[in-house]
Amino acid sequence: MTTPQNVVEVRDLHKTYGDTAAVDGVSFDIHRGETFALLGPNGAGKSTAIEILEGYRRRTSGEVRVLGADPEKAGLDWKARLGIVLQSSGEVGAVTVREQLTHFASLYPNPRDVDEVIAAVGLEEKAGALIRKLSGGQRRRVDVAVGIIGRPELLFLDEPTTGFDPEARRSFWALVRQLQSEGTTILLTTHYLDEAAQLGDRAGVIASGRMVDLAPIDELGGADARIPIVRWVEQGGAREERTHAPAAVVAALVARLGGEPEGLEVIRPSLEDVYLDLVGHEHADHLVAPDTLTETRA
Amino acid sequence: MTAPTTATGATGARPASPALGSPLARTLRLGVLRIGYEVRAYFRQGDTVFFTFLFPVVMLTIFSVSFSEASFGQTADGDDITAAWFFLPAMLAAGVLLSGLQNLAIDIAAEKSNGTLKRLAGSPLPVVSYFIGKIGQSVATGVLQAVILLLLAFTVFQVPLPEEPARWGDFVWIFLLGVITSAILGIALSAVPRSGESATAVVIPITLVLQFISGVYLRFSDLPDWLQSVASIFPLKWMAQGMRSVFLPDELVVLEQNESWDQPGIALALAVWLVAGLILTRLTFRWIRRDS
Repeated sequence: MTTPQNVVEVRDLHKTYGDTAAVDGVSFDIHRGETFALLGPNGAGKSTAIEILEGYRRRTSGEVRVLGADPEKAGLDWKARLGIVLQSSGEVGAVTVREQLTHFASLYPNPRDVDEVIAAVGLEEKAGALIRKLSGGQRRRVDVAVGIIGRPELLFLDEPTTGFDPEARRSFWALVRQLQSEGTTILLTTHYLDEAAQLGDRAGVIASGRMVDLAPIDELGGADARIPIVRWVEQGGAREERTHAPAAVVAALVARLGGEPEGLEVIRPSLEDVYLDLVGHEHADHLVAPDTLTETRA
Repeated sequence: MTAPTTATGATGARPASPALGSPLARTLRLGVLRIGYEVRAYFRQGDTVFFTFLFPVVMLTIFSVSFSEASFGQTADGDDITAAWFFLPAMLAAGVLLSGLQNLAIDIAAEKSNGTLKRLAGSPLPVVSYFIGKIGQSVATGVLQAVILLLLAFTVFQVPLPEEPARWGDFVWIFLLGVITSAILGIALSAVPRSGESATAVVIPITLVLQFISGVYLRFSDLPDWLQSVASIFPLKWMAQGMRSVFLPDELVVLEQNESWDQPGIALALAVWLVAGLILTRLTFRWIRRDS
């Protein structure tokens, strides 16, 4: 069922632990060469979903195809085509950066050059250092290096830049763009919306295990979500108006009030505003969900 | 969506392993690479080097010095059997147990909880290659440990070492069978601790009790018959007996159960434990707890 354009296909994915639904009916595709960002608050089910795709967890129901295979049944050949950067670095035995990368390179049929990868993640000066002696951010870069050493077709990046300073994050973005230009398909989860905006082609927003939106990043939340808002205070009360022509509204306001409006603001909702709106709505929906649940059960 | 498993000429059919090469050759090649990787990491780990690797060396030294006045029997020529001579085979057996079982059970339990196994699970490393690496690490460190013990006993404590090649042949098979069995049991036992932190607390008491009842720290012939029978269930008793059969003068065979070194029994007991360990490993080993 996987068409050549789709590297990942997820249909109605469910994962429940006891009575709790960690993933509750999620569907999406990732096209070849695309970078897909999976966004959502902590505990929303992002990591559960990504670990099901990586083959680490079993799903309760639904259909999943990754590189044409079911991750629960796929073998070593399939793993050789993936690159995985897990959410937590974990510990590494007493080996150096270069030893670790050389070793992992040997596991793959067509690996990248070890020194090039070390340079790409900016660890040239630490190549001979024991990984456990590195800082958290540097260890994270080793994780990324291990993730890409096998020249993966599909790369999973689960919160890859946690602990990076701004400069390291910029150079990580440059590295990801390099991978994108080489045709790597990427599934990215992140808490940094600017990172999703910088790197992602499309994004899915997950809240409470459900996909609340799925769109190109600059269209998340729908067209209306980005309509500018004019806010001001009039007769002691806050007023606001959504408009495609904020300047005209402000001009009319000035004319009507005969001067500078009090507390005037013109707001263009940022990706973050749109995102928080999406996630917040879902939480609000969820407050009424128990009733619906009882009804379905009864 | 049906993945063709045989090359039937259907479109999209792929040979079983197009990119990675022959599975067996690849498993062995990566296993050998893993040995190098594991051994290097092992010797950079200060605490394991001390508690697993040097422990029998330290114990042999303590016993040899503490009981330097005592005699543990006489040879046919009337020479005293010194403490160092008497405890050398015991410490060699302890080393085999520690290098294999104790080392791997703790090491793998830690790798399970610190994320190492999860990382490997996401790579195309065959699980058998991982085992080869671990067993190879046990054999390599065990050999080095045995060499140090033998050198220490020979040079410092003047223990006479066997001259007959046949005895060294026995040493080689008993050592290798012992350390491999012990390593595989270590892999199997690594499934028991629930966390890396609790691994030491679970594993050390087991190995310690085994050492006391199997004739490592206490003279086996001094133990009551029932305890000797209990110890005979476990592999360490047989490893220690095997090492005594190699390094002690034949006169001391009278101290053994049935007054025999019973090498066929040693081979059988270790082989049974080897197979049991393989079955347990097959049943219990997982890269990760899939639904933790």
